[in-house]
Amino acid sequence: MTGSGIALAGLSKTYSSPEGPVHAVRGIDMRVAAGETVALLGPNGAGKSTTIDMLLGLARPDAGEVSVFGRAPADAVAAGAVGAMLQTGELIRDLDVRELVAMVASLYPRPLDVDETLALCGIEQIAGRRTQKLSGGQTQRVRFAIALVSDPELLVLDEPTVALDVEGRRAFWQTMRAFAARGKTVVFATHYLEEADAHADRVVLMAQGRIVADGPPTEIKGLVGSRTIRATLPGAPLDALGALPGVTSADRRGDAIVLVCADSDAAIRALLAAYPQASDVEIAGAGLEQAFVALTADGAVRA
Amino acid sequence: MSAAYLRYELLRTLRNRRFLFLSLGFPLVFYLLVAGSSRGVRDLGDSGLSAPLYYMVGLVSFGAMSAMLSSGARIAAERQAGWHRQIRVTPLPPRAYLRAKVLTGYLMALLTMAVLFAAGAAMGVSLPAGRWLEMTGLLLVGLVPFAALGILLGHLLSVEAVGPALGGGVALLAFLGGTWFPISDHGLLHVVGQLLPSYWLVQAGHVALGGAAWGAHGWLVMAVWSVVLGRLAMAAFRRDTARV
Repeated sequence: MTGSGIALAGLSKTYSSPEGPVHAVRGIDMRVAAGETVALLGPNGAGKSTTIDMLLGLARPDAGEVSVFGRAPADAVAAGAVGAMLQTGELIRDLDVRELVAMVASLYPRPLDVDETLALCGIEQIAGRRTQKLSGGQTQRVRFAIALVSDPELLVLDEPTVALDVEGRRAFWQTMRAFAARGKTVVFATHYLEEADAHADRVVLMAQGRIVADGPPTEIKGLVGSRTIRATLPGAPLDALGALPGVTSADRRGDAIVLVCADSDAAIRALLAAYPQASDVEIAGAGLEQAFVALTADGAVRA
Repeated sequence: MSAAYLRYELLRTLRNRRFLFLSLGFPLVFYLLVAGSSRGVRDLGDSGLSAPLYYMVGLVSFGAMSAMLSSGARIAAERQAGWHRQIRVTPLPPRAYLRAKVLTGYLMALLTMAVLFAAGAAMGVSLPAGRWLEMTGLLLVGLVPFAALGILLGHLLSVEAVGPALGGGVALLAFLGGTWFPISDHGLLHVVGQLLPSYWLVQAGHVALGGAAWGAHGWLVMAVWSVVLGRLAMAAFRRDTARV
């Protein structure tokens, strides 16, 4: 059940909506090695959930292929190799917590012990409580237990810490890391840079349905944590722009340039000194959202 | 599908008070009231059947219809909760999910039958063992269209709509089928009733007279409803699972 890990190749997916087609995912290529923990990081609407739906076989790609341990997602799911915590979803009622987890466990060939799973997820105290009487945070932990109890080779978590308080988050990630340490593959989606940075081996940065960066957390943190300067400046050589003080990389989008800066104060002074004709200058702040917009403005594809 | 999974489905259903009331409590209480007050009637409304026997089958039909259709309420609720997506990332095949719902409906219908048959026996209904079995068999076959209808409505309607639709549907089908009084053998009610599967459910009581309770007409109506509703249910189910 190990071997080739996970491969997404040329994936795209468009939904129709009353406002016209929504290009949720626009061509994604990525591989996850068996045993790796990968974060999909991006703002709302980046295409993370759609990508996860295709990874799980819940949505059919318009184009491209998904392979999970060398098989189609539906086959991997049918074999019990996948556990998932979806972004939305309530629990069914009229069962207590232990019964619900046991019910899900009964569908898998080699589940974990139910009581052990409850303890792992910190819900042994509420094992006898009916599912319709749980708080939001408790529900979230039960949903985690449902994903874990199958003892899957691949664990997929879509925004797993929504509705958890600080202590709940800490406990959640501790359990996730202990699970990953057993050689399991984990893919999780988040819009928190700190979560991706702290808990993933690798971060895949998504925006507007595309992968805009893919690398170790430190690299992504440098990229996203910095500020970007955008300006209309036709004809300026990228080499020279990239060499300005405080600038880590320079890119061109038509007539506009985008400078990713470690020190945006130094960079803006240097830029305006060297190119007084620069107009429409914008500096995007630290927020992920703005950083993504700067990285992907005008729908331009990064090479 | 594992036995454990089915056991939890059944447990959930038994804990749902509203459902237990409709499929078991309500028919039982009404049976005791209606049959209790007309215990001595040997031939109810020219049906040829005693009041305790006629009402026993009539209210079994009501309870069993509710039991089968309640799968629709549960499917709609689980769709709304997003639970069907959670189930789709487990090894449980979609068809097995439906099978568990139908099987749970049937087990609850059998429970309703057992309780009302016992109440009927207490009211003086006495039949040879073979007739009880024949009646049970006809009722189980007669519930097939309702199994399909439950799945169909569960996939078509929202949670808000499915409750009133099922409640009203059962009440209407039971009324037109003759749960509350025998349909006379002429007139509009007779024409309409004979086209409905609920009518033939109630007719299962006629095994007590010996001979066939349904005849070719009854089997044909049941077969047509089963095929038509079965196809529509599968289409709704496929559309629903493909759309996600």
